[in-house]
Amino acid sequence: MKSYSQRVAYSQAVQRSGFSLPYGRLDVELTERCNNNCLHCYINRPAGDIEAIRRELSTEEIQDILRQAASLGFLSVRLTGGEPLLREDFEEIYLYARKQGLKVILFTNATLISDRLAELFERIPPLDMIEVTVYGMSKESYEQVTRNPGSFDAARRGIDLLLAKKIPFIVKGTVLPPNKGELDDFEAWASGIPWMEKQPGYALFLDLRCRRDSEKKNRMIKKMRLSPEEGVKILERSENYLKKMQEFCSKFMGPPGDALFTCGAGVGGGTVDACGVLLPCMMLRHPDCVYDLHDGSLKDALDNFFPALRSMKSQNPDYLSRCARCFLKGLCEQCPGKSWIEHGSLDTPVEYLCLAAHAQAGNLGLIREGERAWEVEDWEARIHGFSERKVPPE
Amino acid sequence: MNEKPDMEAIYIPSEDVVAREIADEVIIVPLVSGIADMEDELYTLNETGQAIWKKLDGERRLKDVVKELSDEYEAAGGEIEEDVVGLVQELLERKILIGK
Repeated sequence: MKSYSQRVAYSQAVQRSGFSLPYGRLDVELTERCNNNCLHCYINRPAGDIEAIRRELSTEEIQDILRQAASLGFLSVRLTGGEPLLREDFEEIYLYARKQGLKVILFTNATLISDRLAELFERIPPLDMIEVTVYGMSKESYEQVTRNPGSFDAARRGIDLLLAKKIPFIVKGTVLPPNKGELDDFEAWASGIPWMEKQPGYALFLDLRCRRDSEKKNRMIKKMRLSPEEGVKILERSENYLKKMQEFCSKFMGPPGDALFTCGAGVGGGTVDACGVLLPCMMLRHPDCVYDLHDGSLKDALDNFFPALRSMKSQNPDYLSRCARCFLKGLCEQCPGKSWIEHGSLDTPVEYLCLAAHAQAGNLGLIREGERAWEVEDWEARIHGFSERKVPPE
Repeated sequence: MNEKPDMEAIYIPSEDVVAREIADEVIIVPLVSGIADMEDELYTLNETGQAIWKKLDGERRLKDVVKELSDEYEAAGGEIEEDVVGLVQELLERKILIGK
């Protein structure tokens, strides 16, 4: 019998040949406030922060942005924060997004998932996995991170509600001193969640405060950072790690040259911060790189402002002599956003990330001990050799 | 299978879906659970389906849709009616369309 409609997964809809979407996903930080007070957080402000509340977008302003996104053809919106469920108008915003035909990806700590919210997600599903960050496997370790008494039980209650209502979600972790000895337990528990098709992902190389608003918090974050070697050990936990790295390295390595933006920042999307400023990505908040949506439109930002931004070149001799020439570009998290949060500029090499990339490359045999990757001339041969290496089955 | 759609009836998109036109393509996004089987699915229409869908505006009876499309497109006799009925039946079964 003839058929006129086809059921496809969202991901297939955007990838079908002949169906090209100019825009993909819009990130929206509903608030910078959070009910937790995590040691490591790059953004959080207290839940009752009056100044933060005053600066937040109103319900109508957020809805207008969602309407703009839908009319431009965005397929999905990611609601994040802080803790997005902290907003009293979350349900209203969520329903509005879904009624615009947007898929919603929700990032949450799950502590504020109530019976009512779970029923809403059951009745009107987000159409993508909810992503829950878990900070520890015990009350002790969890609340050492969150510094919020009762948050462990609240998070588990929220997760249990999602399970009971069969609302798809995944869990992920942030590796910190209180919980880094619990990874086996975490992964064993996570494997029992029906929608976890693979191991949980981890935030490993902690970011400093994205608003550059607290040297005290930055010192604390730096103290808790994993050493590059510790980070590599955790990366190696991933199933078929070597095989994945062979494929990755064969596609994404090589010196970037003087182009500042070699990532997807500002391409077909961006992040709306809690005050209505559009960022090319969640990290990059340099005043010259952001667009105030109060003074313009999403379309103008995406079609004009961000392309102009992305054409910027580095002028920093240090960057040009190192990062621009370094073939570890795919492994290294160096980018304008990371440079901004570490140094307040767009193209200052971040030593921690450089060490982390070199540790990974050394572990994979791409560089020798003591080598500086930007001085390696035969990098293409090394990548090829690595990609062709026989990997024993796990 | 449902009964054949009524050619005198007007059919409209259900309130349980959101129809979007993106890059000249119609995609139908479920709003409530139970429309699609998997949590991340949506519906797309082929070219014929899209041409018919655009006529289902809540004002036209099904027989008016057939007549208009017959005026606009060259097709073998009965083929357009077959396509219109086929699409509407398919979308009724998927709860994407309802009778007004």
